[in-house]
Order: sequence, then structure tokens, then C-alpha cells
Amino acid sequence: MSLVLDVRDATKVYGVGETAVHALRGVSLQVEPGDYVAIMGASGSGKSTLMNIIGCLDVPSAGGFHLDGVDVGGLDDRQQAVVRNRKIGFVFQSFNLIPRMSALMNVELPLAYGGVKPAERRRRALASLELVGLADRVNHQPNELSGGQQQRVAIARALVNSPTLLLADEPTGALDSTSTLDVLGIFDRLSAAGRTIVVITHEPDVAEHAKRVVRLRDGRIIEDTRLAPVDGLPPRLKEVTA
Amino acid sequence: MSAIEIVRFAIRGLAANKMRSALTTLGILIGVAAVILLVAVGEGSSQSIQKNIAQLGANTLTVSASTQGGGRFGGQQQQSSGPRTQAKALTVDDARALADKAAAPNVTSVSPVVSANSQTASYEGASHTISQVVGTYPSYFEASNKPVAKGAYFFNDDVLAARKVIVIGQTVAENLFGAVDPVGKQITITGVPFTVVGVLKEAGSSSGFQDADDVAIAPLPSVQQSLTGFGPLNQILVKAASADDVDAAQAEITSVLDQRHGIGGAVSADYQILNQATLQETVSAATSTFTVLLAAVAAISLLVGGIGITNIMLVTVTERTREIGIRKAIGAPRGAILGQFLVEATLLSLIGGLLGVAIAVVGAQFTIAGITPVVVPSSVVLALGVSVAIGLFFGSYPANRAAKLRPIEALRFE
Ligand SMILES: Nc1ncnc2c1ncn2[C@@H]1O[C@H](COP(=O)(O)OP(=O)(O)OP(=O)(O)O)[C@@H](O)[C@H]1O
Ligand SMILES: [Mg+2]
Repeated sequence: MSLVLDVRDATKVYGVGETAVHALRGVSLQVEPGDYVAIMGASGSGKSTLMNIIGCLDVPSAGGFHLDGVDVGGLDDRQQAVVRNRKIGFVFQSFNLIPRMSALMNVELPLAYGGVKPAERRRRALASLELVGLADRVNHQPNELSGGQQQRVAIARALVNSPTLLLADEPTGALDSTSTLDVLGIFDRLSAAGRTIVVITHEPDVAEHAKRVVRLRDGRIIEDTRLAPVDGLPPRLKEVTA
Repeated sequence: MSAIEIVRFAIRGLAANKMRSALTTLGILIGVAAVILLVAVGEGSSQSIQKNIAQLGANTLTVSASTQGGGRFGGQQQQSSGPRTQAKALTVDDARALADKAAAPNVTSVSPVVSANSQTASYEGASHTISQVVGTYPSYFEASNKPVAKGAYFFNDDVLAARKVIVIGQTVAENLFGAVDPVGKQITITGVPFTVVGVLKEAGSSSGFQDADDVAIAPLPSVQQSLTGFGPLNQILVKAASADDVDAAQAEITSVLDQRHGIGGAVSADYQILNQATLQETVSAATSTFTVLLAAVAAISLLVGGIGITNIMLVTVTERTREIGIRKAIGAPRGAILGQFLVEATLLSLIGGLLGVAIAVVGAQFTIAGITPVVVPSSVVLALGVSVAIGLFFGSYPANRAAKLRPIEALRFE
């Protein structure tokens, strides 16, 4: 089976000389289609650094990675923009919605950059918002939504292009327990539907929802545990749907 | 991602910050309107002056005394020094000599002129200060292109008899008589009674500095007797047979006057001859300096508007760096980001520019400081072109900087 994600010995060094910070010291990670991976680790262990590289937001200092069989390091600026647009859906801890734009327009934005026609765009954006349970909030601006609702809009935006890989960097870090459950429920259902997800988290509760848990320390993978089979259902699905 | 889409994003970006967009637009608007309007005022004043000069008639020459000429002690009023070293005033005899067909065959008419400025005239209690009372011969009316609208000119007989008859300009007629027909009425100018025989046709165009209709014209000796005294002439108006004969006429006048005033060798001319062409050259040189000066002031305000755009674009881009990061993270290509900010800057300057043109064109319909502005099309094109160029140029630096950021750099930006 072809891998969705294949990171080979990636390193990342910030700065030079004595002040250089080795955020990643050779990380290799393979993710199969349909897997649901939680990345855990202490603060400063390099989780976000790894995630930004996978999401094409940053480049590794050395080592390469293939996304859906394509060597991303070899792509030019334009092609990388297309990868970010089509293959990756990124959910941030701080939501990162564009202010003064309605939920609908925020969700339509990746489609607009992808060159989708307005009518089709609207249809898909509404479907995506429906999926996260926000069909009744489409015309609200981010500052008119709760944190949990904003994060669900952000998830709708990440999903709207049907990306190969859904990445989330501490998606529940800024949410209360109810909103956290909402978001985890969405992720579990997406996983059950076969979508590939990589999520960073501090909380063991959140990690328990994944099929596989990867632990980082000081820029290295120290543990890789499988909680459920790749082609099975996520372990806590029944709980969140009940 | 189509161009229309990018324009729509740009408009949304501008609408998100209406106050700031409006103020930036205002800066450009003022710059553009100032350029167009000030150039229009310059052009308007220059045109009206040119028109006044054109009214002189193409084949008219004006001879006037020059204070620089004559000997070292030159001065019109000085009578005591030797004749070779002293400027001579223009006299009626000079005028008669110029009218001599044998000496000056290209001259058709000669009108000696004296004038008295700011004379108070009154009629039955109404009073008005006439800015210029001219004493001359009947030929003056034709030579100076001043037809009468009502009544008639005075005649040679009136000059010979020094009759107190007078032809008045429109302004004088309105101020002294209102709706009453002035012809045949008697007015007094500094106590001397004159009978109005005619009213001049309205000259209309005032240069903004002087009302061409605020004049009165009377026979030469009458004005000398009552207002100016029998001193030197202020000028002699000479009409050449045709526009082609002006140069020949000027040569004849020069030789006649040189001989009569003893000019030649070390003694420079104590008179000067102006014709319409030289007058127009002098004046257009002066007015174009004036226009350039106005345009320079206006150009500076346009530049200030341009700096305003750069400033706003820099602030906008910096403030929206996170937003740029988000857009890039979800797959916006560099071109779309660059396009959006460039279109934002261009729209600001284009809207400002177009509003500026509209305001300038409306403003040009009004009379400004006595001048009717004349909009110069090239100034409109230039101002608009410059404002858009400013938007593009000053907008491209921040826009380019924004588009080049890596997504993570933009997202981490504080
Ligand atoms: N832009 C940067 N410049 C310099 N050093 C950086 C930069 N970003 C991260 N680092 C360093 O790299 C290391 C890993 O950072 P990273 O953000 O990946 O940690 P993390 O695992 O996400 O931590 P947290 O759980 O607190 O979010 C840290 O020591 C951090 O100080
Ligand atoms: Mg982190």
C-alpha cells in the first residue's frame, strides 16, 4: 500500500553556531492511508516543527519527505502552493480564521485559490459546514462565534478541498471540555470515514481517540504505539457518537 | 484564481477598513484635484490675458516713452539739460510726424493718447471712480478695437474744438446710470462736465487684474485741459495698413522718432515700440512661469498623497501579515497575494484620482479669483496617470514583501 506520508530522517536546526537549536534530530515517520495518528511530547520537543514541515509551511534543514508519493522538497513555489491547497488541510490551535469574513467565505477561500467556480464553491463550503454542524452559522463572522465554533469553521475549511491529509496542531488546546468533545467527535467520524489524520496534543484524553500514538522527545521519536488497526474504527468512536 | 476574483478580494480588503481607505483616497484626491485645478487657473488667466492682447488688433503698434533711454540724466520731466543727453517725451508733434504719409507710408492711422487714472465721475448723485480716462483722437476706437454699442464716437471736429464729449465703458455706464440710457446725459469728472455721446461695447474678458470696461474716452485736448494738463503723451497708438505691414511700419516709426529725438550713436532710444506679437511673447513667458509654479505646488501635494499610499500599504501589509500567512497556508499562490495588494493600492489611487478629476472639473466651472479656469486635458491625463503610477509603484514594495514571506514566517509574525 502506498504511504500518504513518508518522512525520512528530517532534521531542523533554527539559527546557527552556538545559539543553534536542534528542534528535530532525524525524524522518520510513515503514515498509511486511513491512519489516525496522535503526536505527543513535552513542550519544546519539536512537535509543531515537524507538523509545519509536513504541512509545507516550513522546510526541513536536511532530510526529505514524500506526500502522497510526491517529493515535496523538489517542488517550486507555485507547486507547493498547490500541494497546500489540494493535499493538506491544516487546523491550528489558534483557529486562524480571517477576520471580517463570514464563516462561509472563510471556508470558500481554499476553493477560490484552487480555482473552483463560485456556485460549486458555495455548495461544497455549505456541505463542509454542515458536516461540522454549523449550517446555521454560515453568515457569522469569526468574532461572532465561540472558540469551539471557530475551530469547527477552521476544520470545515481544512476539509473543504477533500485533502489527502488532515493536520491539526493542538486543535483542542484553546477549547473547553464540551468543545473539545465536539472537535474529537468530528475527527473520529472523519477517521471512521477513512480520512487520514495527524493530530498533535498534550492531553492523553485526546490521544486515546487515535489509532496510533507517536511520542517525541528532544527532536527524536522515542515511542510509537498502535491502539487500533489502520483499517479499523477509531477506538473511542462509540463514545462520541453515543 | 481569476483576475476578477483578485479584484474582489482587494475590494473586500479595502472595505474592511473603510476609514483608512477613505482618508488615503482623500490624499490622492486632493493632489489630483489641485494639479488639474491650479493648472486650469494658470491656463485660464493666460488665455484671458492673451485675449485682451488680441483685442488690440494684430496690426496695432504702441509707442510709449521709455525711462531707460536718452542720456545719462534721462528723465521725461527734465527740461534743463542739453538736448542730446536727455530723453524727450512723446508729443503730439511726434504723432503728427508719424502720420506723414511720405515718411511713413505703411502707417494708416496715428492716435496720441493721454490717460488719467482713477478719476471720480458723478451723475445725479451716483458716483463712480473710473479706473482710466483716455484722451485721444477718433482713430483710437478702431486702432484699439473698441466699437460702440450705443450712441456714437466723437469726431475730429470735437477734438479740434476740445468739446467735452465722452464715450464710456459698460462698467461706468452701469455704475452711473443703471438702467437709464446714458447717451446725451451729462456727467462730471472731477468737477468738469462731459456729455456722454456713446457707450462702448462690452469687452467682457477681464484679466482678473483689471476691468477692461471700466474706461472712458474723450477728445485729447478736452482731457488735457481738464484732467492731465498739457504734458507729454502716455503713448501713441499706430495702426499699420495690415498685419503684414507691421514690421515695415515699426521700421518707419523708428526712423522718424530717432530723427526727431536725436537718437543714434551713444544715445539709446527714449521710447519703446510694442506690437501684439512681442507683447504676447512677453506675457506668455510670464504666465507660463506662473503656471509651472502652480503645477509644482500641486505636484508636491500629489507626491504627499503618494507617500500616504505607501504608508498605508506598509501598515496594511504589516497588520495583515498573519492573514497573509493564513492565506498562504491554505494554498494561496504568490501571484494571488501580490495581485491582491497591488490591486488594493491601485484602486485607492485610481478612485482618488477619478474623484479628484471630477472635483477639479466641477471646480473649474466656477470663477476663481476673477479667473475662469480652463481645464487642460493633458493635465488631467498626467495627474491621473501619475496617481495610478504612484499606487502601483509605492504599493508594489509592501505587496512584494508580503507575497515573498514563507507561510510559517507570516503566521508567526507578531
Ligand atoms: N522560529 C524558531 N526559531 C528558533 N527556535 C525555534 C523556532 N521555533 C521553534 N524553535 C525551537 O525549537 C524547539 C521545538 O519547538 P516546537 O515549537 O516544535 O515545540 P513543540 O513541541 O511544538 O512545543 P509546544 O508543545 O510547547 O508547542 C524549541 O526548543 C523551540 O524553542
Ligand atoms: Mg507546538
